Amino acid sequence: MSFSLATTAISAVVRAAEEGGEAHNPVLPETPDIIWSAVCFVVLFIFFWRAVLPRIKKLLDERGEAIEGNIEKADVAQREAEAVLEQYTAQLADARVEAGTIREQARHDGQRILAELKEQANSEAARIAANAQAQIEAERQAAVVSLRSEVGTLAIDLASGVIGESLTDDRRSAAIVDRFLADLEASETRAGGSSSTSSTGAVSS
Amino acid sequence: MIIRFIAVLAIIIVFWLGTRKMKIVPGRFQSLVEMGLDLVRVNIAEDLLGKKDGRRFLPILTTMFFMVLFMNLTGIIPFLNIAGTSVIGVPLVLAIVSYVTFIYAGVRKHPAAFFKNSLFPPGVPPVLYIIVAPIELVSTFILRPITLTLRLLMNMIVGHLLLVLFFTATSFFLLLGNGFSLFSIGTLAFGFAFTLFEILVAVLQAYVFTLLTTVYIQLALADEH
Repeated sequence: MSFSLATTAISAVVRAAEEGGEAHNPVLPETPDIIWSAVCFVVLFIFFWRAVLPRIKKLLDERGEAIEGNIEKADVAQREAEAVLEQYTAQLADARVEAGTIREQARHDGQRILAELKEQANSEAARIAANAQAQIEAERQAAVVSLRSEVGTLAIDLASGVIGESLTDDRRSAAIVDRFLADLEASETRAGGSSSTSSTGAVSS
Repeated sequence: MIIRFIAVLAIIIVFWLGTRKMKIVPGRFQSLVEMGLDLVRVNIAEDLLGKKDGRRFLPILTTMFFMVLFMNLTGIIPFLNIAGTSVIGVPLVLAIVSYVTFIYAGVRKHPAAFFKNSLFPPGVPPVLYIIVAPIELVSTFILRPITLTLRLLMNMIVGHLLLVLFFTATSFFLLLGNGFSLFSIGTLAFGFAFTLFEILVAVLQAYVFTLLTTVYIQLALADEH
């Protein structure tokens, strides 16, 4: 129905156009027009289908792969970096612990050395003190001995002067001095008496 | 006719050069070509048809888009000056391609049920089929290719006529040589403005033509009409 209506309308228009002369209804196709348009379409279709789109597809695939590859590479690098960081941290912690141990050791060593030195110094001081004591004792002994003979001589000189008589007779004078001193010592201490007696005995003999 | 061959040649040269040495990191020209192809691939085909079907029909849609676009653009290129699509051959051929494609897509997907579903959409009370079936018949199988053809054809013809009108008027007023010559400035300005407008129309019509074809394919592929 509508078709036949359309065709009659169109043919009427065409007739009018033909009567009008060169005017041509733009809606009515001409055969070469259709054919060449179809040729253009087919050429372009094959061109896009066979040449352009496969290239684009390949490119997109490659790009996707490249991006994925890069992401993967970045991931690997990240993991490596993390591992290295962990390692370094562990090493650092180890080093800290070691340093602490060494410091502790050094402190102990130092204390030990200090204590040793102190002890050594103490014993040295004690030794020096003992030496000094012994020396003093020896000198005192020597002084006592020399003093005894000198005091005896002085006392006899004094006594001979007093009694007007020479007491230079050695045997007698020594006996007097010894007796005097023995008395003296006996009066002072009982313990020192025996030793002085023995010594006087040695002197007298 | 020669204009169409020039347009075809231009398309082939542009895309041959643009895709000859494709790099993963694109240069300027490659980016531009890719942008054009992505417009069809992503914004039209994959958005409406999904990845799988989009890839199937991509060659036809891409060809359609660039053929219409380049042949539209010849309308404003100096010395060509008429759109390849403003003679009915190209729009008609493309509309037939679109028609065949969406019927093919529907028949492939639902070999038995495509025509039945198209004419007698499920979910409509049977009584209404008396009204619905003729409407569907006319709208789907008759009007679709006609509207596709005429929309593109008329847009291009009218654009061409407008430009011819403005520039002929400019020339006419200028040659008058009296006070009316001032009008030529106005008509020239309008001609220039409509030239710019024609660029927009060229892109828009290419987009619309391709988009509608895609929508038809999508409707044919859909499980329920």
